[in-house]
Amino acid sequence: MSTARGTMSTARRHFRRVPAQLAAGVTIAICLFPVYWMVATAFKPNRDIQSDSPQLLPRTWTLDHFRAAVDADGFGLFWRNSILVTLGAVLLSLVVALGASFAVARMRWRGRRQFMLMVFIAQMAPWEALIIPVYIISRDTGMLDRLPTLTLVYFMMTLPFTIVVLRGFIAAIPPELEEAAQVDGCTRPQAFRHIAFPLLAPGLMATSLFGCITAWNEFTYANFLIIKHQDSRTLPVWLSSFQNVFGTDWGATMAASTLFALPALAVFLLLQRHVTAGFAAGAVKG
Amino acid sequence: MTVTREPGAPSGTPPAPLRRPAKGPARPGHGSVRRRGVLGVPSAETAWPYLLIAPTVLGMLYLLVYPLTRTVLISLQDFQLRQLILGDARFVGLRNYGTLLTDDRFWQVVRRTFLFMAVNVTLIMVLATLVALLIERLGRLGRIAVLSSLVLTWAMPVIAATTVFQWLFHSEFGIVNWALGRLGFTSFDRYPWFAHGPAAFTILVLLIVWQSVPFAAITLYSALVTVPAELYESARIDGASARRIFRAVTFPMIRPIFMLVFSLEVIWTFKAFVQIWVMTNGGPGDATTILPVYAVQTALSSQRYDLGSAASIVTVLMLAAVLVLYFRQMLRQEDEAL
Repeated sequence: MSTARGTMSTARRHFRRVPAQLAAGVTIAICLFPVYWMVATAFKPNRDIQSDSPQLLPRTWTLDHFRAAVDADGFGLFWRNSILVTLGAVLLSLVVALGASFAVARMRWRGRRQFMLMVFIAQMAPWEALIIPVYIISRDTGMLDRLPTLTLVYFMMTLPFTIVVLRGFIAAIPPELEEAAQVDGCTRPQAFRHIAFPLLAPGLMATSLFGCITAWNEFTYANFLIIKHQDSRTLPVWLSSFQNVFGTDWGATMAASTLFALPALAVFLLLQRHVTAGFAAGAVKG
Repeated sequence: MTVTREPGAPSGTPPAPLRRPAKGPARPGHGSVRRRGVLGVPSAETAWPYLLIAPTVLGMLYLLVYPLTRTVLISLQDFQLRQLILGDARFVGLRNYGTLLTDDRFWQVVRRTFLFMAVNVTLIMVLATLVALLIERLGRLGRIAVLSSLVLTWAMPVIAATTVFQWLFHSEFGIVNWALGRLGFTSFDRYPWFAHGPAAFTILVLLIVWQSVPFAAITLYSALVTVPAELYESARIDGASARRIFRAVTFPMIRPIFMLVFSLEVIWTFKAFVQIWVMTNGGPGDATTILPVYAVQTALSSQRYDLGSAASIVTVLMLAAVLVLYFRQMLRQEDEAL
């Protein structure tokens, strides 16, 4: 690529890039505007929100909407529920996936290929079509309105991806490294902790962040499995009903959306380093 | 959002040279004895992998296979509110499917599902390819800026995005109506987007395209950078136009990833259930009811669990057709990796 560009004169290169830069600007604007508008509305006073000529930049700033959102009924409880369910599902799926991906990456056994095929199919599971039987099964087993049910469902949603990614990471660690450490006098757990674990850490990080986002955002199951016991609701369901509760208070709704989106956005920005690092690696290896 | 292969995650890069012949987990020091497990020496050794995958298999059996089987069973039963409470459902053969397939409303929903899928996927793939080509053409700073904003969009939680879009298209104070008014489209003054079927449908398409393009564009871009520069150069020396280069050089090279993203997007269209449920609940009328929405409405709102399950099975069968395409692509790559 660089050689091809090198042959062009600098001036011509700049000229050629103008339409591209314009398109890039439009792309960025379309991507960012809804996010920006959410945050901007959340900080605007009500009279600026309900005005016939909305200002692109808030003239006066207020925290009233955030106060309204935080003071809403059960806000803290729903945060706690969301965090509990998310962490539970992610930890469970990490532990289970570590075992399975170790077996797939490092051992040879009958049915390994079939097992991976199953994992890939599970990854594509049509969860939207399974909501009816899961509802009926939960009802029959008395698991409706309970957070562990959601934890289990989210665990299964994130497990296949976790296995696929961790398998790649484990397969990339040469077993010789651990063997060498053991020859040098490490015990097997020590060898794992000092040699394999640091190499595995990015994989654990990436998969757990991904799992967190999936569980944090999940709406469908949280909506249909938690019905009577409102105290067990999670944030997405609360947010979807926020407008019903607050009516036309769009400032508070946007503040609630902002608060809900923040953890996911932060996690993704953390993850972005891994994603872009992956790009670089892909470019080199390709 | 179920990301299959996080772009650039190590799973995507074939670790073939690093793969080792298998060794027992308990004693890697005995690595010189190859394929211990398969040759079946000590039984504790061969049991290990199966013990390690047991929780995964059990989870899949209880949380995926069992519910799916249950759907099939319920779709063959007379299962309504009474049967849900008393649990005395009896089998009625294919009666539910008969009811469904002779229902005009069901066929309308099926047609709408295909339309919804076609519009979304076409827009997503075209826009994502354009954005990916654009990113490749940009300088370092521009590339980082576009990639970062794509990642930010990608990160936006579905529910938050759905709420924001409702606000953007609010009839009275929404910025879209204001902007359209300023541009001279005065008919959009206080236009109630969610009261008109086609308008609500359009907003859902916009929302889903906005949310889906980032993943597709980033993945396609990561495929684009693997195309060797020499290919472009020689094509350019031969005097090929930009369009010709894309058709003859670029596209064939990124075709496998393109097909993968394509089938993923088709499958993910069904995840639009969330946006539809929160935004329009399938309405106004039936205007935004696609199959998964129809199934849940029939089952959980009208207590016709049997008909809803039958509709779910139809959905799964439709998805299965796409999945075959996806897995052929997937397994081809997998064979290189395993």
